[in-house]
Amino acid sequence: MTSPVVLEAKNLVKYFPTVSKGLLQRSTDSVKAVDGVSVQVRAGQTLGVVGESGCGKSTLARLLMRLLPPTSGTVLLDGADITSLTGRELRAVRAKIQMVFQDPVASLNPRHSVGQIIGTPLKFLKENSASGAKEHVQELMALVGLNPEHYNRYPHEFSGGQRQRIGIARALAVGPQVIVADEPVSALDVSIQAQVLNLMEKLQRDLGLSYVFIAHDLSVVRHIADEIIVMYLGKVVESGTPKDVYSAPSHPYTQALLSAIPLADPRAAGTHKRMVLTGDVPSPIDPPSGCRFRTRCPRAQDLCALEEPALIDRGQGHPVACHFPG
Amino acid sequence: MSELVLQVKDLKVSFSTVDGVVQAVNGISFDVRKGQTLGIVGESGSGKSVTASAIMGLINRNSADMSGSILLGGLDVLTAQEREIRALRGREAAMVFQDPMSALNPYYTVGKQIAEAYEVHHPNSSKKERQLVALDMLAKVGLPKPSECIDEYPHQFSGGMRQRIVIAIALVNNPRLLIADEPTTALDVTVQAQILELMMSLQQEFGSAIILITHDLGVVAEVADEVMVMYAGQTMESSKVQTLFDAPSHPYTRGLLGSVRSLDNSERGALHTIAGNPPSMISLPGGCPFHPRCEFAASMNGLCSSVQPTLRVLPTTGSESACHLNDDQLLSLGRGVIHD
Ligand SMILES: Nc1ncnc2c1ncn2[C@@H]1O[C@H](COP(=O)(O)OP(=O)(O)OP(=O)(O)O)[C@@H](O)[C@H]1O
Ligand SMILES: Nc1ncnc2c1ncn2[C@@H]1O[C@H](COP(=O)(O)OP(=O)(O)O)[C@@H](O)[C@H]1O
Ligand code: SF4
Ligand code: SF4
Ligand SMILES: [Mg+2]
Ligand SMILES: [Mg+2]
Repeated sequence: MTSPVVLEAKNLVKYFPTVSKGLLQRSTDSVKAVDGVSVQVRAGQTLGVVGESGCGKSTLARLLMRLLPPTSGTVLLDGADITSLTGRELRAVRAKIQMVFQDPVASLNPRHSVGQIIGTPLKFLKENSASGAKEHVQELMALVGLNPEHYNRYPHEFSGGQRQRIGIARALAVGPQVIVADEPVSALDVSIQAQVLNLMEKLQRDLGLSYVFIAHDLSVVRHIADEIIVMYLGKVVESGTPKDVYSAPSHPYTQALLSAIPLADPRAAGTHKRMVLTGDVPSPIDPPSGCRFRTRCPRAQDLCALEEPALIDRGQGHPVACHFPG
Repeated sequence: MSELVLQVKDLKVSFSTVDGVVQAVNGISFDVRKGQTLGIVGESGSGKSVTASAIMGLINRNSADMSGSILLGGLDVLTAQEREIRALRGREAAMVFQDPMSALNPYYTVGKQIAEAYEVHHPNSSKKERQLVALDMLAKVGLPKPSECIDEYPHQFSGGMRQRIVIAIALVNNPRLLIADEPTTALDVTVQAQILELMMSLQQEFGSAIILITHDLGVVAEVADEVMVMYAGQTMESSKVQTLFDAPSHPYTRGLLGSVRSLDNSERGALHTIAGNPPSMISLPGGCPFHPRCEFAASMNGLCSSVQPTLRVLPTTGSESACHLNDDQLLSLGRGVIHD
C-alpha cells in the first residue's frame, strides 16, 4: 500500500545570480544549484537524497522548507500550493515542516540552555504557559533519549550525538509532519551515527513522521529510506526504491557512488573492481551541455553532449536520466 | 620482517587545562615497519591526533606532560632537540591532515610550497631543480596539467585536489613514514576513493610506511595491514586487518563493527549500537575505560570497574586485547555469542 503524498515539489528550479565581475560586463551568469527537480514525500516514509558536495542537496532542502524562494516550480504541502505563502500562513506551514542540520554545534545557540533551545520554536508557534512549556520540553527530551534533568544545561556540556538529539527535539517541538534532515549524522562518529539513525527510525514509527533525509553517501541512506533520489549538478539522475538503486543501479553516477563506498571487508578490498571517477563535479555556473555527467562518465558517447537525457523509465523499472543505462 | 621505521613505547601525553588534566594518551605502544600500513581507529577524542602530533614532535613540551619513548630515525622524539626534530620532519616522517586548507599557505602558489618543502632538506638545490621536482610531484599525485597548476593558489583547487597537493608536499622528501590523520574525512566518497588509491600507489612507488588514522572501519579494511583500536587514549585491540574483521578480540571492536553500515549488511532496520558516549578525558572511569558502555561488564563481578586490563596476546589469533574476558570468550566475540 502506498501512503498519501504529504510534501511534493514540482519542477523546482533555483538559480543564484553570481556577482558581476566588472562594470562593463553584464552579469547574466548564475549558479544553477537546483535545476528542475520533482520529489514526492509520502506519509510516514523517508525520501533519501544523495549526491556529492555541491550537487544541490542543501538548496533543495531549503526550497522544500520555504527558506528560499524558488526561481520557478512549486512546493505543495498536503496538496496545497505553499510556494508563495508569506507571513502568518508561512509560519503555519513552518510548524508542519521542520529541519535538522548537519552541524550540531553551529546550529545550537551556545548561550541558550537546552530548555530554551527546544522551547523556542514553541513560543513562536503556540500559546503556552511557561510551566506547560517546560513540561513539554522535558517530555521531548525524554522522547529523544536525553535526561530531562539536564534541562538547564548548555550545548557545550553535551556530546556531538546528544547535541544532534537536541536538534531533533527542537524540530519535534511544534509537532511537525515532515522533518527535513540535512546530513544529520555526517559529523558524528560511526557508533553515534547508528544511535541517531535508530532514534530517527523509532520516532518515525511512533509519531508517523515523514523524512527528507539528505546524505552524501549511499550507505547511510540505505538503512532509513523508502525512496531515494540521486542528484548530480542540480538534477535528479536516478530515483527508485532502495532495491532499485542498490540492486539495479543503472546510471553510471549511481554506480560510481556505490562503488566508492569502502567495503568493511578486507578480503574484498583486493578483489572488487572499483569504478573510480576522475576529476571533480564541474562548475554549476556553466554545466556541460547535454548530459551534465558526461565529463566524468566512462560510457559517454557523442549523443551525450548533444541531447540531455530525460529522467524516465528506460526499461529498468525505475527512472534513469541516461541515454545508455545499464 | 622488514626494517623498523617507528617504535612507540608506553607513550603518555596529558595536558593541563582550566577544567583539569586531560589524559589524552595513556600508555600506548606500537611498531611500524617499512612498507607497512598501520590503521589507527577510534571515535573522536580517543587520542589519535595527539599520538600523531607527538610522533611528529609537534606537541609543545611546555604545554603537555609526555613520557615513554618515540624512536624515529635513530632519535627519541620526546627528548631530541628541536633542531634534530626539524631534520627528521619531512625526511623521516611527514604528515597529511584532515583539512588540506589548514596545511597550505593561501598566499603562495602550490609550486612554491612544494619547492620550499624540498629546499628544507636540499638546501643546495638550484631553483630550476626545485621547479622540476615540484612539477614531477604534481604529476605523481595526479593533478591535471601540472605546468599550469604549479602557478596557481590553493583556493583555486577543489578539496580533493588540495589534498593531492598536500600529499605532494608530504612526499617530496621521500619520507620513510607518512602519517595521514583522517585524510579523507572531509571529502566526498568518490574523491575519498581517488585519494586512497593514490596513497596506496605512491606507497608502492616510494616504499614508505603509512599510519592511517580514521574512524571509518571501511577505510581501514581497504588499506591497512595492521590495525590498532584506541579508546580513551589506550589500545583496546591490536590485530592484523583480516583478523580484526573475522575475529574481533575486544567488546569495543565488536561494537564498532556492528555500527558499520556496509552495503551487504542488511537492508532497512536497526543498526547495532554502542550505548552511551565516550568518556571525558579529564575524569576517566576507573578500571577498564570502556566498562560504562560494555555489555559484559555487569557479569564480571566488579572486576571491570576496578582493575584496568593489560594488553595480552591471544595465542590462537595472534591479536592483542586489553580485556578481562578469558581467551575463549574473546574468541567467541566474532561469532556474536558469549558463553561462561
Ligand atoms: N546563496 C547562494 N549563492 C550562490 N550560490 C549558492 C548559494 N547557495 C548554494 N550555492 C551553490 O549552489 C550549489 C549547490 O549547493 P548546495 O549547498 O545545495 O549543495 P549540497 O549538495 O548541499 O552540497 P554539500 O554536500 O557540500 O552540502 C553549489 O555550487 C553552491 O556553491
Ligand atoms: N592541546 C590540547 N590541550 C588540551 N586538550 C587537548 C589538546 N589536544 C587534544 N586534547 C584532548 O585530548 C583528547 C584526545 O584528542 P585527539 O587526539 O585530538 O583525539 P582524536 O584525534 O582521537 O579525535 C581529547 O579529549 C582532546 O580534547
Ligand atoms: S547520458 Fe551519456 S554521459 Fe550521461 S550518464 Fe548516460 S552515458 Fe554517461
Ligand atoms: S574489561 Fe570488562 S568492561 Fe572492559 S571491555 Fe572487557 S569485559 Fe568490557
Ligand atoms: Mg549541503
Ligand atoms: Mg583527530
